[in-house]
Amino acid sequence: MSNVPSDLKYTKSHEWVRVAGDVATVGITDHAQHELTDVVFVELPAVGRVVKAGEAAAVVESVKTASDIYAPVSGEVLEINPQVVDQPALVNTDPHAAGWFFKIKLSAPAELAGLLSPADYLQQIGG
Amino acid sequence: MTLQRTPLYAAHQKLGGKLIEFGGWEMPVQYTSITDEHLAVRSAAGIFDISHMGEVFVGGPGAEAFLNRTLTNDVRKLAPGQGQYTLMCNARGGVVDDLYAYRMNATDFLLIINASRIAPDVAWLEAANAGAAELRDLSGQLGAVAIQGPNVAKFIDTALPGSACAGREVAKISDLKKNEIGVFVFDYATIYVGRTGYTGEDGFEVIAPAEKIEAVWNRLLAAGQPFGLKPAGLGARDTLRTEVCYPLYGHELDEETTPIEAGVGFFVALDKGEFTGRSVLAEQKATGPKKRLVAFKMTEKSAPPRPHYPIHVHGQAVGQVVSGTQSPSLGLGIGMGYVPPEFAQPDTRLGIEIRGKLAPAVVVKKPIYKR
Repeated sequence: MSNVPSDLKYTKSHEWVRVAGDVATVGITDHAQHELTDVVFVELPAVGRVVKAGEAAAVVESVKTASDIYAPVSGEVLEINPQVVDQPALVNTDPHAAGWFFKIKLSAPAELAGLLSPADYLQQIGG
Repeated sequence: MTLQRTPLYAAHQKLGGKLIEFGGWEMPVQYTSITDEHLAVRSAAGIFDISHMGEVFVGGPGAEAFLNRTLTNDVRKLAPGQGQYTLMCNARGGVVDDLYAYRMNATDFLLIINASRIAPDVAWLEAANAGAAELRDLSGQLGAVAIQGPNVAKFIDTALPGSACAGREVAKISDLKKNEIGVFVFDYATIYVGRTGYTGEDGFEVIAPAEKIEAVWNRLLAAGQPFGLKPAGLGARDTLRTEVCYPLYGHELDEETTPIEAGVGFFVALDKGEFTGRSVLAEQKATGPKKRLVAFKMTEKSAPPRPHYPIHVHGQAVGQVVSGTQSPSLGLGIGMGYVPPEFAQPDTRLGIEIRGKLAPAVVVKKPIYKR
């Protein structure tokens, strides 16, 4: 049974978004890490890169496969999580907190309305 | 295309196995985690469903001669109850399949072939046979499991007691030596147990009638539990075989690649007389192939190498990765790929192109992982 925290927004492609002011923190969901298992490598975007919503912005690799992580919202990459690069297993052990990927300064805050609510996401993953 | 299911499908569902498509079959890729299952096999024991693999019985007075002109290794070297790794080549020396050939007695043989190659293999064997031997493809009627790991010999006799009635006539299964096979009785049915595997660990493969294989699986799971036995999926099977550099058909081997190029020339008995592909293989062995399979390790932290990634030497693309993964035993990226022979020496520096960037790697001697 996947954990779907109620204070986050979600994407169909299994990213979560935590919004504080005009900054969005992004990671992958508990459901996604469970599907991937054994995360062994995380590649993050360069700080300063401007991404569009839906653009591939990071890569997460499990033993079996490489998966693209998409920017849920548009904006500039403000900060990345160096710990998750050093310890990719954080994606498995703490996906919604210590396993975060990157922070984006929102350039189109209206996009947030298009993200999934916890209830919608839970329904999508058959929870 | 509808995916085929093995007789253990329900068992996998019950265990929470994550099912994926593999060579036309719906198979468990993992139950808990590839890394956990991999490490269980290296340190204790793992059990795999290999019912998708094919079994072809070849018998009769013409069987030995037929197999020796169709397969690359020499079946005359096999005593009853012994098996060997071998290959089946086309006239160009390309690999139709790689397989295990067991001699059951003076005239009868059992071939274990790859799941994805059952149809082409049977067609190839039938065309080559032309009535010389009796061929029976029992792939659809038999199930099979592999139990692998250093602890397996400690519980196999408890799980499957009794002495062999044919093949290598041992008093108990653990008396079988590597590459030996015995015929045993399980619940009034005939089962075949060979001491072999695809992981680099000690272990056995058990072939039983489809309707009995779940009982065999359950018996082994129960007997192995105190010894750390875990069900393991195709994901771990792939990382285990990659660490010890066993080829997988469709990756290291295909109809355009020869055993010499793939580094399995040891299993080509050029001295045994004529067989399909012999002239090409003999010439290639004498003059050297144009490409060679190498094993490599990543030398810095990087994403794991994956099949089809380009291999570079001195900034030039010279070949391609055919198998690649993160090695659970070593904690780094490993793989195999084809390169021109001048770059096949151990310690040759390679660059593996991962998403447009080169990650450093080095050619290593096979196997990549050794106990």
